[in-house]
Amino acid sequence: MRLSRLSRTMLGVVTGAILLVVYVPLFVVLVNSFSTSTSLTWPPPGFTLEWWGRAFQSAGAMEAVATSVQIAVIATIVSLVLGTLISLALQRFEFFGREAISLLVILPIALPGIITGIALNNFFRTIMGVPLSIWTIVIAHATFCIVTVFNNVIARLRRQGTNLEEASADLGGGVWTTFRLVTFPQLRSALLAGGLLAFALSFDEIIVTTFTAGSGVTTLPIFILNNMFRPNQAPIVSVIAVVLVLVSIIPIYIAQRLSGSEAEKR
Amino acid sequence: MTHATVPRPRETPARRVSVFLSTHPRARLGLLLSAPLFWLGIVYIVALVLLLVTAFWSVDSFTGEITQEWTLDNIVTVITGSLYQTVTLRTLGVALAVTLIDVALALPIAFFMAKVATPRMQRILVIAVLTPLWASYLVKAYAWRSVLSQDGILEWLLAPFGGSTPGYGLPATIITLSYLWLPYVILPIYAGLERVPDSLLEASSDLGGRTWPTLRLVVFPLVLPAIIAGTIFSFALSLGDYITVNIVGGANQMLGNLVYTNVGAANNLPLASAIALIPIVIIFGYLFLVRRTGALDNL
Repeated sequence: MRLSRLSRTMLGVVTGAILLVVYVPLFVVLVNSFSTSTSLTWPPPGFTLEWWGRAFQSAGAMEAVATSVQIAVIATIVSLVLGTLISLALQRFEFFGREAISLLVILPIALPGIITGIALNNFFRTIMGVPLSIWTIVIAHATFCIVTVFNNVIARLRRQGTNLEEASADLGGGVWTTFRLVTFPQLRSALLAGGLLAFALSFDEIIVTTFTAGSGVTTLPIFILNNMFRPNQAPIVSVIAVVLVLVSIIPIYIAQRLSGSEAEKR
Repeated sequence: MTHATVPRPRETPARRVSVFLSTHPRARLGLLLSAPLFWLGIVYIVALVLLLVTAFWSVDSFTGEITQEWTLDNIVTVITGSLYQTVTLRTLGVALAVTLIDVALALPIAFFMAKVATPRMQRILVIAVLTPLWASYLVKAYAWRSVLSQDGILEWLLAPFGGSTPGYGLPATIITLSYLWLPYVILPIYAGLERVPDSLLEASSDLGGRTWPTLRLVVFPLVLPAIIAGTIFSFALSLGDYITVNIVGGANQMLGNLVYTNVGAANNLPLASAIALIPIVIIFGYLFLVRRTGALDNL
């Protein structure tokens, strides 16, 4: 099959058009954050920096950011530990039920968030009698963050093989020493990539969060959702949105650097 | 001649555990698996099973407490109630429409990325497709709320041509959900196309195959599992969504909204569990249908 010049160009144009549509809404939010209109009017009637100033003075927004960071950090740490353990088990061993366990890891992210959410809500409230709090969110988030760590670590384990670990064992390295000095250093960038994804996933999650959040707990997505429909708060939501997109460039950059240096090594 | 001897490691408890683990791989496996399986088993599987069980309980209408007596009432209500039938059909329709739109958009873009673009262009495109994934879900839904609003940018663009924005409603929900899940559909299809060797395309061309027959008879069958993998994402994610429909869907409800109201305002967890079984059954049905195609290995 040889594509004609025309069909190549057509494909390029279609690709460009789709990507344009993908970025227009984000651009509109950026412009709205500087607009004097509170009702998302286009074209913007005027320019103002008021919302940017108010967003950074909004105690509610800052508190929500702090709560979200706290939850995401703890959930990421838990999922890093559990994800690493489970990928070591599944990659280094052959055993009965291996397939079932790998399905089990993917399940919390494959089923719609509402099912995970209501299942955990029911589990905490009705079955365990535990009041919802910040910790119930952490438990829920860690559960679906395991898969991102798992995917990154198991891919790395598959590539690096066991030669170095066997060499370490032959030279007298015990289980702990081998992990500390051989396995872990090789996993470091995979853990960083998986951890970043887990953090981003937790930081952004809204559906499972609404079902597992205690009444006084406001994460950033909950704050956004609560304020989106208030005319005087909507432009502040635009500002938060723009900041979120800008901040997310950092993990994208790090992830690209990591995969770039990986590609050079090979 | 002198022999250099390897110094004997000191006998510490850690060392003894290490020796035991080195000689007992099963113990090593058990140690690795215990914590994650405890977490996923207790927190997740038990919770899912109990959700199933709760669907067969009921709520005392006086006290609002859950009575743990077996009843089929909730299931019967959900299957026969006209509200639930309508909403299920609506949700299915939205999920199908979103999936079709996403596949239609993802195919050309993934094909261009995998088979036409230069390596440099390819890297740029992958970043361009991935970046919106990092932007928050709510931010993107909110962005569409402003794009589609009565005096938003879409109205402004279309008005000179006599068009107008669809406003908030089901079409807006379909557009926004398609937008949200598009990267999840592009990526598996792109990965699937990458795995189709160029030599096959050349062979087809050498044997006289023109573009369309080659695409239909060579490329499509090879990429089908990847396409289905993409549809699993868009379909499952759309079935469970209730926030997007709140933001851009006007007064329309999807299954997720019914679950949400029954957990919160109506305080009827058993009924909510019974409603949640609908998407679970549909998704497992879909996974069962497509398992033979090998799509699950492409997730």
